Amino acid sequence: MAAQGRIVWVSGPAVRADGMSEAKMYETVTVGDSKLVGEVIRLTGDVAFIQVYESTSGLKPGEPVVGTGNPLSVLLGPGIIGQLYDGIQRPLRELSKASGSFIGRGITTTPVDMTKKYHFVPTVSNGDQVAAGNVIGTVQETDLIDHSIMVPPDHKGGTISNMVSEGDYDLESVLATTEKDGETIELKMYHKWPVRKPRPYKSRYDPTVPLLTGQRVIDTFFPIAKGGTGSIPGAFGTGKTVTLHQIAKWANSQVVVYIGCGERGNEMTEVLVEFPHLKDPRSGKPLMDRTVLVANTSNMPVAAREASIYTGVTIAEYYRDMGKDVVLVADSTSRWAEALREMSGRLEEMPAEEGYPSYLASRLAEFYERAGRVRAAGSPDRDGSVTLIGAVSPSGGDFTEPVTTHTMRFIKTFWALDAKLAYSRHYPSINWMNSYSGYLGDIAKWWGENISEDWFELRSQVYGVLQREDTLKEIVRLLGPEALPDEEKLILEVARMVKIGLLQQNSFDDVDTFCSPEKQFKLMKLLVDFYKKGQQAIKEGTALADIRAMSSITLILKARMDIKDDEMPKLDQLENQMNEEFKSLSGVKVSN
Amino acid sequence: MTVEGGVQYSKIAEIKGPLVVVDDVENAAFDELVEVETKDGERRLGKVLEVGNGKAIVQVFEGTSGLSISATNAKFVGKVMEMPVSKEVLGRVFDGLGRPKDGLPDPIADKFIDINGEPMNPEQREYPKDFIQTGVSVIDGMITLVRGQKLPIFSGSGMSHNLLAAQIARQASVVGTNDDFAVVFAAIGVQYSEAEYFRRSLEESGALKRSVLFLNTADDPAIERIITPRVALTVAEYLAFELGMHVLVILTDMTNYAEALREISAAREEVPGRKGYPGYLYTDLSTIYERAGKLNGRKGSVTQVPILSMPSDDITHPIPDLTGYITEGQIVLGRDLFRQGVYPPVNILMSLSRLMKDGIGEGSTRADHSEVSNQVYDAYSRAQEVRALAGIVGKAGLTEIDLKYMDVGDIFEKEFLTQATDENRTIEETLGVLWKIVSKLPKNEITKIKDKYVDEYYKGE
Repeated sequence: MAAQGRIVWVSGPAVRADGMSEAKMYETVTVGDSKLVGEVIRLTGDVAFIQVYESTSGLKPGEPVVGTGNPLSVLLGPGIIGQLYDGIQRPLRELSKASGSFIGRGITTTPVDMTKKYHFVPTVSNGDQVAAGNVIGTVQETDLIDHSIMVPPDHKGGTISNMVSEGDYDLESVLATTEKDGETIELKMYHKWPVRKPRPYKSRYDPTVPLLTGQRVIDTFFPIAKGGTGSIPGAFGTGKTVTLHQIAKWANSQVVVYIGCGERGNEMTEVLVEFPHLKDPRSGKPLMDRTVLVANTSNMPVAAREASIYTGVTIAEYYRDMGKDVVLVADSTSRWAEALREMSGRLEEMPAEEGYPSYLASRLAEFYERAGRVRAAGSPDRDGSVTLIGAVSPSGGDFTEPVTTHTMRFIKTFWALDAKLAYSRHYPSINWMNSYSGYLGDIAKWWGENISEDWFELRSQVYGVLQREDTLKEIVRLLGPEALPDEEKLILEVARMVKIGLLQQNSFDDVDTFCSPEKQFKLMKLLVDFYKKGQQAIKEGTALADIRAMSSITLILKARMDIKDDEMPKLDQLENQMNEEFKSLSGVKVSN
Repeated sequence: MTVEGGVQYSKIAEIKGPLVVVDDVENAAFDELVEVETKDGERRLGKVLEVGNGKAIVQVFEGTSGLSISATNAKFVGKVMEMPVSKEVLGRVFDGLGRPKDGLPDPIADKFIDINGEPMNPEQREYPKDFIQTGVSVIDGMITLVRGQKLPIFSGSGMSHNLLAAQIARQASVVGTNDDFAVVFAAIGVQYSEAEYFRRSLEESGALKRSVLFLNTADDPAIERIITPRVALTVAEYLAFELGMHVLVILTDMTNYAEALREISAAREEVPGRKGYPGYLYTDLSTIYERAGKLNGRKGSVTQVPILSMPSDDITHPIPDLTGYITEGQIVLGRDLFRQGVYPPVNILMSLSRLMKDGIGEGSTRADHSEVSNQVYDAYSRAQEVRALAGIVGKAGLTEIDLKYMDVGDIFEKEFLTQATDENRTIEETLGVLWKIVSKLPKNEITKIKDKYVDEYYKGE
């Protein structure tokens, strides 16, 4: 029986209700006369402590609270792609039909259009045995997404009967039934799944395939693997959001889940406006055809912000189970942690560091553990992945604060944004000395097999130049650049070229916004060749000033913008031009 | 609880700081407006922060000074706090709670609106991209403001933020349009002279009749400051989204707002976050800043220029820090430039406009705008490095190219940054100066501008 209680106390998003002895932990309830959505987060005697996902303004003690019997769940089925949801999977487009430009309260809608018909192609027949996770048929959700209809993960399996034939069905149509032990269960195009419970899978793989983002500093220097975890912390103005948008745009995954968790409203609008016009560089289809947005902006109710992360990751796991590579981007996990802190404060729990609850670390760990490359449950065999990338907004840009330090324990790729780089307009402002990637070794194999055997070696050389520059900079700071010998000045010059020509990338430039792995490799090779030839020229007595005056330098630095991905021969021409210039400098033939 | 003439009054049980605890409460709602009445008939407004078990915790906006437990009653009004709005609010001056302060009667209300507003549905927002020409070169050229943006000025005590904000308010226009616009000004705990400067500045430029002023000066009750930005934004939203006007909202000083919030949080004995500010400071600030924007299918816009003074000029202080995470960029004033007498003393390297990229370029400013400003950012940042180096090794230790960058830094500050408070430059003039700066550099240093623009505008040797 569902719990039926009364409100006894209201303070912001926190409500206490008595008469709730029937309620279960994490059960969703409707609160008050306006039927706001809430979730039980503590039970004491018959008093339930409820976090409410909508504004509680005007709520009074004495109003009713009614249990639904179900935990907070999302609806999983075709129609999710292209949607903009709030933190509890209410489609914001539908909400605006009910309440206009501003978000009203107590509105109930279905997450997807239940009456839309999809063309269903069955892949099993009557009499087949199915188990949890089995695919029973497919529908085309968007041009980019073929959507597998699966037996729900908590289904106990059985024999298929009443299978429909190929044709157009809506979400509520019964596609088939299963029989087991005399029990008949209907299978539809959708099922529900509780957001706080990871979806099961068969087995897990090591992440060894890179997620290519088209961003040079990520792919070449600090790569992330499909099924991996990454974090991008940075003070405001360091370009977190732009970097995350770039990943969401250009990552080579089949599905992108973008969670705007306590961030700016206009950023979500930007995605909504921009993505339908941007083309996926691999398929040429609009990016919106593979994207789901979950938006709980900073001024929307704080409890729903806490839920938004789980809503997003559950959707991601669902598409993973179809055998797809999914990238989930959460901007920002700090705001999620603040939502935890706020609810914890209202529960009067004992705070740990900076007022955050003591379970902050375990909640972060649980979230990041939902990443992975897996073999999905059921048949046929499907391999999919969920890559989790979380932004962190450390207060005052201080990386020692609790959310950043705890996050670093549970992720493997760390892209440290640097305010100093951002102030000098070096974007993306990922600091190459403080960032790291735990996937580098695993991923090097892929680059070696697919791009060039020299990849790892060249990357080490370029990175070596940056490390040398870092130590030389100290000397320059004390003594001035003229104190260095030409060999070391050359290192400074090459490091400058690496920064401008390789590390920096203009997201707003049509060409530079995305860089193919081939072009990344070629640009890197050009810089290493320049360094080697320069070293040799100096050894042979050429003055550094003459090297600096080479006209090919400006061309190398602008190549990232001037030469398109499909104009690779131009990079070869540039290499020849550079070699010719070195030859004429030294007056002797420089060996290749 | 007593009943007089159908209205229910409740007794006060406890008074602490800005809060009163009301006993014997029936039927009060969270967030409800409360009138606290003293024996001699004085009425103060407050709102319910927490209600339950027969008690309500009420925050009194005008402070609790002079209230006594025995002689004070509380009345629950039955609705949340609302602001009466109509076109007549234009040209008027109100106090920090939205009551007339200019001696004139209440404006006749067209409607009453909940001052807390409701969150804009992100799906219904229109992405801001209309370039606002402020006539201030450094803003138009390097930190472009667009309609519907929230772009704060981060200042420090004594710096010229008010001059700059007033200049923006006077000069802001969208080139080639004749749209209806209005200025909403909210003084939050600032000195009387600062508020008066704004009023006079608007009056002299003839903009006062298109302005609405909300004044909570330093001697007004501190807790009232929680309400001031909200009533101001309620009026702004009404003018923008109901009457179709383009509204520029100036909120000064948000630091005072955050301090009032801290006072209430401390009185409620909440677990503090950084520097004693409540853990929900970010969320609370967002309910103010996120009220800027444009909406699909509606003509008007709300553009916010909040001003905040950074305590000890520290940008990592929680108030500027959390503000910067919400707003779409920031204009940071620099103490060094201010000391040198530069106006406006904008530190462009720390400043940023997130919406600039969509507000500039072909069709709004000029196709080369983005690239030339990137190049100047880069050059000025190099100039600062060279200056630091020259401070150690002396000018003699610098290379020829380093010296060129030093020149660029000087020209940037003297000819581009510096301008008079009544000087209104067009975007063409502003871009002209940017190219003049770039033209001081040799061509091979220009790595951020496409050749076609260099060919067209570069005037160096």
